[in-house]
Amino acid sequence: MIDSFHIVVCAGIVPDPLQTLEPIVGPTGPGVKNEMLLPAVLDPWAASALYEAASLAAKRPGSRVWLVSLGPKAKLQQLMMSVAQKASFELVPIDGPIGGFTDAHAAAAAIADAIGAISGLDRSKLLLFGGWESATRGAGITLQFAGERLGIMDQFQGVDRIDSHDDGSFEVLERVEGGKHQASVCMGPPAVLGWATGNLAEPRNNPQVGMANMRTIMPALQKAKSVPMASNGLSYISVSLPSQQRTTRVVKDLTADEIAHDLVAWIEAE
Amino acid sequence: MESVLVLTHSDETGEQLSKGSLEAVTAGRELAAQVGATLTVGIVCGVSDLMARSLSCAGARLLVVSGAAFAQSRYASDAAACEAICRTTQATIVLAPHSSRFARVMAAVAHRLLGSIETHITAIGGRDRVEVTRWFYRQRVEAVVTREARPWFLLLDSGTHPVYAGEVAPVQAEQIVVEIPALRTTVLGTRAPEQGAIPAGTASDESSQRWATIRPDAKLLFVAGAGWTKKQPDGKIHVAEAGELILQFVHASGASLGSSKSLVDQGGEGAPVLPFLTHLNQVGQTGSTPRHSKGLATCCHGEEPHVVGWRFIGERRAISLDPNCGWTRGKADVVYVADAFQVMERVNSLLGVQVSCGVSKDVS
Repeated sequence: MIDSFHIVVCAGIVPDPLQTLEPIVGPTGPGVKNEMLLPAVLDPWAASALYEAASLAAKRPGSRVWLVSLGPKAKLQQLMMSVAQKASFELVPIDGPIGGFTDAHAAAAAIADAIGAISGLDRSKLLLFGGWESATRGAGITLQFAGERLGIMDQFQGVDRIDSHDDGSFEVLERVEGGKHQASVCMGPPAVLGWATGNLAEPRNNPQVGMANMRTIMPALQKAKSVPMASNGLSYISVSLPSQQRTTRVVKDLTADEIAHDLVAWIEAE
Repeated sequence: MESVLVLTHSDETGEQLSKGSLEAVTAGRELAAQVGATLTVGIVCGVSDLMARSLSCAGARLLVVSGAAFAQSRYASDAAACEAICRTTQATIVLAPHSSRFARVMAAVAHRLLGSIETHITAIGGRDRVEVTRWFYRQRVEAVVTREARPWFLLLDSGTHPVYAGEVAPVQAEQIVVEIPALRTTVLGTRAPEQGAIPAGTASDESSQRWATIRPDAKLLFVAGAGWTKKQPDGKIHVAEAGELILQFVHASGASLGSSKSLVDQGGEGAPVLPFLTHLNQVGQTGSTPRHSKGLATCCHGEEPHVVGWRFIGERRAISLDPNCGWTRGKADVVYVADAFQVMERVNSLLGVQVSCGVSKDVS
């Protein structure tokens, strides 16, 4: 019987969604212009995973939460100033490049190696959390690769809910087609859960939690190992912004009735 | 020389191939013809007879993994099935639909076969080599990529290729026996998302609740924004009326119902909410990016994350009180500067009149 969980959350750094992105091609391949300078946030779906991990750990005394994050050390430190106030965790930083154009296979290898090296991690209690897709690469494969590398044979993606039972098993709701959830029961850890939005709101900032976290975060950042990312044969032919400018007709002088007729005609037109 | 494998699976009825699978078959046939490769189709399902017969004219070798364990969508069994088919064919390029079922396992299968994978593919092209198009940064940056490594797995987004339709005829399919690993996960089934109760006394009944999700097969996407729950010109909030108007419209038109993140999130912040909306309705940066031919946004304001949700919508119209909304500039085809409450009430009335006159009310 499992009475506590060891939850490892994988979460990357992404540009704030409100920022305008401009792709560029540099000597090392494509990237986003001034990405290091853009305001950054924790990957939104992975952030859901972190909040769910903290909530689950709070329900199971003795549980631990680690946050594994791959990105430039300076950017990680900057981001942790806010993220550390949201939930209690131990940071496992990996010093690597920022951006969505790196190869997911290489990123997953670095993450799996970092998880495998976590001191005190009990694999029989391991729940590997993360976002089901990132807001950068958006491929939805990094977590799956990492799980396979760690030999985890139960994986769930698009998770919106987990309910743990006293015997260590848990029920999972995964998003499937048609706006539905698939419900499954897993016998217990180890398992991979790629989170969608979950059900929890973003926690309020708690400076006390932040102070406690930062005591371990800063030393961890100083020790972070730099990891090069191999391309694994991936070549970019082109990277561009979509042409999306439309000629917008602004209709100001119609009554509600006239607009309704216009809309119904449009809806019913083939 | 390339060899192409298309992996397919059954739909939720378990009786026929999923729509995404049939689109992948079309893509596989096109790619095989383009690169002069042999084509194999693999089927993962509970019972395969009808599914195999539907591919009798696809010009492909058919491989089947079937049985009770494969009737359900589950990581361990699906990964084992796909791995077995891939090892049997030794294909260099593997196409599959980007369904929830295959998206859950295909990276793992690629890893087991020492291959590479690209997902959310929207186009396949190239002359001397295979090139694929996909999006980065949540549909904000488009890239064309290629790889030398093989096998190369490509997960195709739905709606990017026509559905394969061929004559149904008897066909010889090869059954592959798979050693199923110990299964630690039991699939209980599918459930509708939890929704809040619809206010009593409204016209919205249980059938309306069932309409209230993103439905890929609908022609129209209706997006409700946070403006529906804000103070109206009379200085009051009219959430119940808003909910009723929206559900009436979705029910009458057969539209898919989407929402902005801000509206879904309001519940957690103690603000008035439309009880039937869940995160599954959310479109945009942290929601879905549906592919409907038409989209109607109401009471939305113009944040880039919301626009992201509209990337693949064909014709876009909006109703907004703000003529200077950033959304309107270059994003929508038509913007009606009007009160959405008044307009939608009239639209519902018109749809109702047409229903009673015998005109089809379902645009899907």
